[in-house]
Amino acid sequence: MNNTTSIVSILLAGILTNNMVLSKFLGICPFLGVSKKVNTAFSMSIAVTLVMVIATAVTWPIYTYLLYPNFTYLETVVFILVIAAIVQLIEVFLKKFIKPIYNALGIYLPLITTNCAVLGITMLNITDELNFVQSLFNALGAGLGFMLAMILFAGVRSKLDTADIPEFLKGLPITLIAAALVALSFLGFAGIGG
Amino acid sequence: MTAILLPVITVTAIGLIAGLGLALAAKFMAVPTDEREAQIRECLPGANCGACGYSGCDGYAAAIANGEAEPDKCAPGGVSTAKALGEVLGIEISSTPKIAFIACQKNSKNKYEYTGKPSCLSASLVHGGPLECQFGCIGLGDCATACQFGAITLQDGKVVICEDICTGCGACAAVCPKSLISVIPKTSKTRVLCSNCHKGPSVVKVCTTSCIACGMCVKACENEAIRLENNVAVIDPDKCINCGKCKDACKRKAIV
Repeated sequence: MNNTTSIVSILLAGILTNNMVLSKFLGICPFLGVSKKVNTAFSMSIAVTLVMVIATAVTWPIYTYLLYPNFTYLETVVFILVIAAIVQLIEVFLKKFIKPIYNALGIYLPLITTNCAVLGITMLNITDELNFVQSLFNALGAGLGFMLAMILFAGVRSKLDTADIPEFLKGLPITLIAAALVALSFLGFAGIGG
Repeated sequence: MTAILLPVITVTAIGLIAGLGLALAAKFMAVPTDEREAQIRECLPGANCGACGYSGCDGYAAAIANGEAEPDKCAPGGVSTAKALGEVLGIEISSTPKIAFIACQKNSKNKYEYTGKPSCLSASLVHGGPLECQFGCIGLGDCATACQFGAITLQDGKVVICEDICTGCGACAAVCPKSLISVIPKTSKTRVLCSNCHKGPSVVKVCTTSCIACGMCVKACENEAIRLENNVAVIDPDKCINCGKCKDACKRKAIV
């Protein structure tokens, strides 16, 4: 991607072609863990989207103005450190000022501290050499893509509950197969957008 | 030397700034938590079983502290926990132990043989279950599966609840597709064992021990503890003194 890539195509790529979960296979843990019900999947994805955008807004300047060009190898360490601190900070902030959102997100917010999708998007922004605004929209797109995948998959899983599944495939095996099929369908989007 | 020193200083500085930021945030954006909440949490067993209906012991403690929940909902903790919570809250707890009870004696015959998945829920979807009485216990043990404590067993297709083991958590009541199980005070020994809401004649046809809502028990009761609701006798445990006069009055042997 170069600097002229339009924001729309970045968003579209983040949601469909480069879907965080189904194309890049990042954030599989919440994808399998919290996708049993549509409403919890939705809360989790909202939290992920929020953290992705804020984390990008903080890590991009840190990388560009502090680490680049001499200490680029510190990227991972510093990003993990910063993201962990940000998530804590957001939690404290929400608890104080926007209690309803804090209650709605509940346990999902602290869980995101160690979510690889969040670290992944901040590092991909750097690798893809996006500028600040593009990075923000890339993070937003990735978050929305995560939400789409989660909600789609929550729907699939609710169907699995009533399906007649062979004994040896019950539980995680059929969930993984279903995840693979959903991922396969997203392959159809390759070629659209950036 | 600077090749090592500078990155170390950079990371340390970022760590320090983040740490200071969090410390300041914790100080200036601190939400005053109810100190009783911590005390209440101490009293709870910490099993996070969810029997109280909250997300875990922390959620329940918060609900009690906010005054949203009664302190007698903790099933594993039982009376001792309720008493301890009462002391923290400064109120008297008169919590009597509760148990589950099933309002059906299952004396109805099968109208067809059910050979599907061994689950009451599945069976109840096929013509309201295999029993002639469509309100009756199907007896495939969804409640026994739901019981965390092994208090429910099936004996000859009938559900038996062991009152010594039962904690009154109500998990069985939630899964019964016929809603036959309710959680009642352990002290109320007189119980109506029928849930058939239909009127007399059709109820007599389907079961030998069904409540036909004749009202004999209502007349026999001296404390006005029994009333008829939806063609079934209902005993108010607060008024019932377990005298047993309704049992003698019931010609259908629906009260025990």
